[in-house]
Amino acid sequence: MSGQHTDAALAENAGDSLDANWYIDKLFQGVMFVCGISAVLFVLGIFAFVFAEGAEFVIKTINWSQFLLSPRWAPTSDYNPTYGILALIAGTASITVLAMAVAVPFSLGAAIFIAEFAKGRTREVLKILIELLAAIPSVVWGFIGLAIMNPWIIETFDVPIGLNVLNCGLILGLMAAPIITSIAEDALKAVPDTYREASEALGASRWQTTARVVLPAAKNGLLAAVLLGVGRGFGETMAVLMASGHSINLPSSVFDSVRALTATIAAELGETAVGSEHYQALFTIGIFLFTITFIINMTADWIIRGSKKG
Amino acid sequence: MVNFALQAKEDQHPDGSAAPGSDAPVQLAVNKLEIRYGGMVALSGVSLDIRQNEIFGIIGPANSGKTSFLNAINRMDMMRSNMTVTGDIHFNGVDIRQWRNVYALRRQIGVVFPLPVGLPMTIYDNVALAPRLSGKNLSRQALDDLVERCLRRAALWDEVKDRLNSLGSLLSGGQQQRLTIARALSQEPKMLMLDEFSIAVDPVTTMRIEDVLKELRQEMTIILVTNLVQQAQRLAHRTAFFLNGECVEIGETEALFSGQVKDSRTQDYIEGKFG
Amino acid sequence: MFAAKPVNLRNQQVEGLFRLLFGIMMVVLIVPVLMIIVMLVYKGGPAFSWNFLFTFPTDGMTAGGVFPALLGTIWLVVVSLLASVPLGVAAAIYLSEYAQQEHWLTRVINLATINLAGVPSIVHALFGLGAFVLFLKFGTSILAASLTLAVMTLPVVIVASWESLQAVPRAFREACWNMGATRWQTIRQVVLPNALTGILTGIILQVSRAAGETAPIMFTGAVFFLPFLPAGVFDQTMALALHLYTISTQVPNVPESLPFGVALLLVGMVLIMNSTAIMFRMYLRGKKKW
Repeated sequence: MSGQHTDAALAENAGDSLDANWYIDKLFQGVMFVCGISAVLFVLGIFAFVFAEGAEFVIKTINWSQFLLSPRWAPTSDYNPTYGILALIAGTASITVLAMAVAVPFSLGAAIFIAEFAKGRTREVLKILIELLAAIPSVVWGFIGLAIMNPWIIETFDVPIGLNVLNCGLILGLMAAPIITSIAEDALKAVPDTYREASEALGASRWQTTARVVLPAAKNGLLAAVLLGVGRGFGETMAVLMASGHSINLPSSVFDSVRALTATIAAELGETAVGSEHYQALFTIGIFLFTITFIINMTADWIIRGSKKG
Repeated sequence: MVNFALQAKEDQHPDGSAAPGSDAPVQLAVNKLEIRYGGMVALSGVSLDIRQNEIFGIIGPANSGKTSFLNAINRMDMMRSNMTVTGDIHFNGVDIRQWRNVYALRRQIGVVFPLPVGLPMTIYDNVALAPRLSGKNLSRQALDDLVERCLRRAALWDEVKDRLNSLGSLLSGGQQQRLTIARALSQEPKMLMLDEFSIAVDPVTTMRIEDVLKELRQEMTIILVTNLVQQAQRLAHRTAFFLNGECVEIGETEALFSGQVKDSRTQDYIEGKFG
Repeated sequence: MFAAKPVNLRNQQVEGLFRLLFGIMMVVLIVPVLMIIVMLVYKGGPAFSWNFLFTFPTDGMTAGGVFPALLGTIWLVVVSLLASVPLGVAAAIYLSEYAQQEHWLTRVINLATINLAGVPSIVHALFGLGAFVLFLKFGTSILAASLTLAVMTLPVVIVASWESLQAVPRAFREACWNMGATRWQTIRQVVLPNALTGILTGIILQVSRAAGETAPIMFTGAVFFLPFLPAGVFDQTMALALHLYTISTQVPNVPESLPFGVALLLVGMVLIMNSTAIMFRMYLRGKKKW
């Protein structure tokens, strides 16, 4: 112990002193750490605050079978307020499924084109276009559904209302496509060029190489891209609010109007009294949305990580 | 007569001055040093003393632990999560792990890398960076003087004196290497460690830098890690041979190169049978 | 040798077919959007004028300009920048310069960042309402709305800053450390100056994202109509994105050109900002200093 003391003293003689720079460094290390974990704090905070507002409903009021299985969402009914989100889930699901049916094949095709076929300048331009498409705000997409798609659908399909699953699914598909495309393109690019070279050295054409070597190697990344697209569609609010027709329905065709979980919150939260049962029910939908997107994101990350290890 | 003359020459180092004898004060004492990266041992069982004002050469093929050795001395294990160092290193008689302010320790030890790293700032700022960071608020004049002195001693002044404000990272490889030497000197270090400095440098510049080192060693201790055995022969007073993470042999350079080796692998390496 | 020829020819045809197929898929994604943009310009272009940009809405929002909404969006974006940029850049510095890559905490932070980016915007709105409006008692105000936007766009800033910090060669850091520079001095003197343009790109993307968001500000500070301009961060405000929603769904008898004009303005702003960011990035790639 005393030996260490003398050593410390020796070090001090040799020029070891905690100068201003040392303290500044330690200070910033602390500051950066706090900021570094801020993302974690916010995610926990989101869950805590949304849960706190909805907690009373979840714990006391809720009738689980009614909440999840009843298609009747009538929070403002004077006689019998009912909180059934089945129709809302059906609305969200129908829109998302149609959107994915449109977006996934075209996005993957586009990603393959950019990553495997396009070269040089074409490729740069396409990537930039895709990036710009992803930037268009969702409220503008909603407006497009309302002002452009709506009359087009009414005219083309001879239906009374153009704000429906078809409209909303197409809009959401176009919104999700750039995201799926760019993540899928990243996944394809992550396949080492040596794979391609090896395959082409054996005489395989570009398409054979893509189909037999690149796609199997990138399949986890592509799956994650699709999942993240689903997450985006699931959580989209404004476009869905404006283009879906916003009427409570268990849809039987793509021409039915529906109502989505997210849109319900956006449309009704402004009209509820803070702390009321209706208000709490909307926060409960928020908890539901948060949980589902959390699971989707974690799964996508798990798939991507799994593919990197393999 | 002839015999006497030869004898006198042998006692002298090529630079003309006497080498620090075995009674000279020790600058760096290393004892049972072991360096690991994760589970992989990069260097083990190294014990050696480096004397003040000597040029200490370290030779050996790639991956023999030479660079790790320098990194351990400069406590770079603190900056790398997977690097662990065990054993003792005493610098100026003080265990380097007793230093609370490791940055102050590093300021006393200058390092030059194999590939020159000209920082993306002006030539002047490259050399003035260390003094500025050290917190010794030098006056503008003092800083100018220091920059000029360091660039002169690194044999670069004449080439860059008219463009001190151009980017350091745009100099040629050889110039950048001398810039990094000037930068290391601007710390006014007690010890200078060079890691295969001649890799990215043409032979003429290498010779100029070697001349600079011979002068510098009057003021500081120099550890010269090199992949060129002749360079060690030209410059080093004593030389250590590292191979596959162990220190095979340490000896007077003259002796090693005149065949007085204890281990045949040293002889083979010096003669170029592998490496 | 000779027999291989027809097979190769067939291969080439198949090859061309697939190239065409994927090319068409690409075009199918892009063309509708370009058509939509052309339509926005065609229908919204006539609405553009000085009056449109710099006067208040009149006649129950069926005529007049969008000035208060435009100004409100600028308020929201600037205040959210003030919060998200220092926080996001610092978080990126922690992840890039301090955190150990394989450490569990680093992993948790990365997961949290991914999740923060994936949380639906309406859930961000609920969080903003619960945390900033009610719990911190900011009320529905620019401050509460901007902070909600800041939390939402934080991942954009973190990811872009992290990428540009990582692009600075490790050798620069090592050179500085070996000189006796502290971690912070190294970051301040060498890493940050060389990552700055990349970080700026991220900031532009954050602005673009924040300017277009509607759901997070609906219940936290933006309102359908205000007859006066906000005087400070505790006031409510109008915002362009919400204004588009309002006049296209909540107000009857709005002439068609008005919402098209607002939509065009929004898309124009966002595309200009994103193009600027992309040009910045390309300029950066072409002009490396090392």
